[in-house]
Amino acid sequence: MKPTRVSTRTAVVIVATVALAALPVVGTEFFVNFVVTRTLILGLAASTIVFLSSYVGMVSLAQFLLAGIAGFTIGNCVAESGKGLKLGLDPWLAVLIAIAVTTTVALVLGALGSRATGIYFLMLTLTYAVIGYYVFGQVTSISGFGGITGVNPPGFFDMHPVRLYYAALVVSLAAYLGFRAVRRTPFGLTLEGIRDDPIRMSALGFNVPLHRTLAFGLAGLVAGLAGIVNIWWNGQIDPNSVNISATLDLLIIAVIGGISHLEGAWLGAFVYVVANNYLRSLPLVDRIGITEARFNTVVGVVVLIIVVASPNGLMGLITGATDRVRLATSRTPVPNTTMPTTTPTTNTTPTTNTTEGSR
Amino acid sequence: MTADLVSDTSDQAVVPQQPAASRRRLSRSTMVAAVPLGLVLAWVLFLARGTSAGSAVDEPGEFVTTLLDGLTSAGLYFVVASGFTLIFGLMRTVNMAHGSLFLLSAYIAIELQQRMVGKSRNIVADDVDMLSWVLPLLAGAAVAAVVGVVMNQVFLRWNQGQELRQALITLAISVILADQLLARAGGLAQSMVWPADVTHFIEIFGQRYATSRLFILGIAVVVGAALWLWLNRTRMGIVIRAGVADQSMVRALGINIGIVFAVTFFVGAFLAGIGGVMVASFAGVATGADGQWLLHSLVVVIIGGLGSIRGAVAGSLLYGLVTAFAPVYLPSDYTFYSIILTFVLLALVLAVRPYGLFGRPE
Repeated sequence: MKPTRVSTRTAVVIVATVALAALPVVGTEFFVNFVVTRTLILGLAASTIVFLSSYVGMVSLAQFLLAGIAGFTIGNCVAESGKGLKLGLDPWLAVLIAIAVTTTVALVLGALGSRATGIYFLMLTLTYAVIGYYVFGQVTSISGFGGITGVNPPGFFDMHPVRLYYAALVVSLAAYLGFRAVRRTPFGLTLEGIRDDPIRMSALGFNVPLHRTLAFGLAGLVAGLAGIVNIWWNGQIDPNSVNISATLDLLIIAVIGGISHLEGAWLGAFVYVVANNYLRSLPLVDRIGITEARFNTVVGVVVLIIVVASPNGLMGLITGATDRVRLATSRTPVPNTTMPTTTPTTNTTPTTNTTEGSR
Repeated sequence: MTADLVSDTSDQAVVPQQPAASRRRLSRSTMVAAVPLGLVLAWVLFLARGTSAGSAVDEPGEFVTTLLDGLTSAGLYFVVASGFTLIFGLMRTVNMAHGSLFLLSAYIAIELQQRMVGKSRNIVADDVDMLSWVLPLLAGAAVAAVVGVVMNQVFLRWNQGQELRQALITLAISVILADQLLARAGGLAQSMVWPADVTHFIEIFGQRYATSRLFILGIAVVVGAALWLWLNRTRMGIVIRAGVADQSMVRALGINIGIVFAVTFFVGAFLAGIGGVMVASFAGVATGADGQWLLHSLVVVIIGGLGSIRGAVAGSLLYGLVTAFAPVYLPSDYTFYSIILTFVLLALVLAVRPYGLFGRPE
């Protein structure tokens, strides 16, 4: 049972990647450069929540802050006028600095929270996020509430949104494959051991706080990458982009997709971005009072339904459905049906629906 | 208060050497705490010449008013955070909608006060008698409490023990409530008006000080005392403390824990509501106050320890004092770094006690 499941999953990922790579050829400019690029960036950031939650059992709300720290670092390093430090550095050097700064901050914050677990860790990271918001808002030498504007991406990406789209795609894919690869390393296995039984792992001689800190640092690094692509895409950053509602939105994305499936991060981001962009143009929406301004009510209701009905989000629904299909087909005594049954299941996954909808 | 007692005894029961170990840990933590505390005291008392307040020896008035500011903020933090920590202590539910209940109560109280006074704008303190402040307070808090109980009965009761799922459910509810409140009340800041009886000024060391702030402090003390009496001197309080210690044992004794949960949720949400009306009178509330006060509650319980009322007192005192002293006792050029001191406080507490001052490990 296990091998076919993995191969199904890999097949879906390959199909989705190929489709996404071909998307700029067939999709409209708006859809590619706004909807899907934003999906990839948010999905990348949300995948770090999923990684920490499913591998280490820590639900972090600080991931958007870490992405924001990378963005603010880039802004401070690159921008030549306006607010901030105005260092005017080379954009690629700024990337290295941003990654270093974000990872360091993540390691420090992770070390502080490494002995807290469960719901306590959630609250602690929420506190990080909100304090981070006020730090960027109040410390005017690095930003102030107005934020940093006019941050240009490196020349290679400047005025080339499709290149930026591919950058987001490549980083997303690398993060996805990287996170999956980590699971097979001794480090990843240790993390899963810590998730399941920290006391026993500690008794076996593993340094539990250190592993938690390192995992948080790794997630911070990836969140930082998301922040870098994000500021290149946005061209500006201000404290409101890391405020409490943005922070919670990222958690909501992870929850919609399914907080125990890496793919769910991008799926949730897609649902979120599409709802954000297209909800108002649905027919009859005005009649029932769901205008664009009440978007958050819709999001809240959707999250409520998902959490109540399927704690594993959309990915949980999908894997549940495919499992049922597989179970049903495995009961039928016809041999060699693996191929015909897996093909329809790949078609029913929304990852492929994504690409179909784009045409 | 109960949580600490219980954890102490259970530790001793399991590990006889625990007292020695905990004393050693305590002495290390007191040392870690004493050094920064001493430095801060020395700074505030003697060294803070270049700050907007001046050192306490030179400017006793500034010092006393800042201290009172800190205590009154601590009072507000305590009223809101005690409800949060009460709910968590018994049910292990992190109520992310606590801030929304706070804001809901504030808006309802403001609306009701406007109706009672008969004006919708430009209300001054002389229009307001004690009744048209207290009645909206109780009404707003009661509505918040009822919404809280309904939330518990409909969404939270059946997945008791799934902390993350409950946190996400309350998070979704808070998103919906915040959006609906924004739709109804608009984005502008609104405020309650203090009754005329409490809007005087008194002289303290040559400084004028508003009695409304002392009124806040008084309410906080009364709330704290009532909470203490309720938990320690009534049958329901005893059941709640027993539930904090061992929920399944309480069930096994034939007590209907569902009712106890509902009552606890009612009181916790009621406290959020009282806090909301107090803050609305003190500083006004607007969209975003829900998240802000959820944060204040989180900081207080992270410092003090989740689920412990004593921890809520300690946490709100520390947090209130830091937020009051930091802006005026930092050198004038650095006042905007005061928010970082909150973070330093958190970091110090977590470095010494990862579960807060009075918290117990899961």
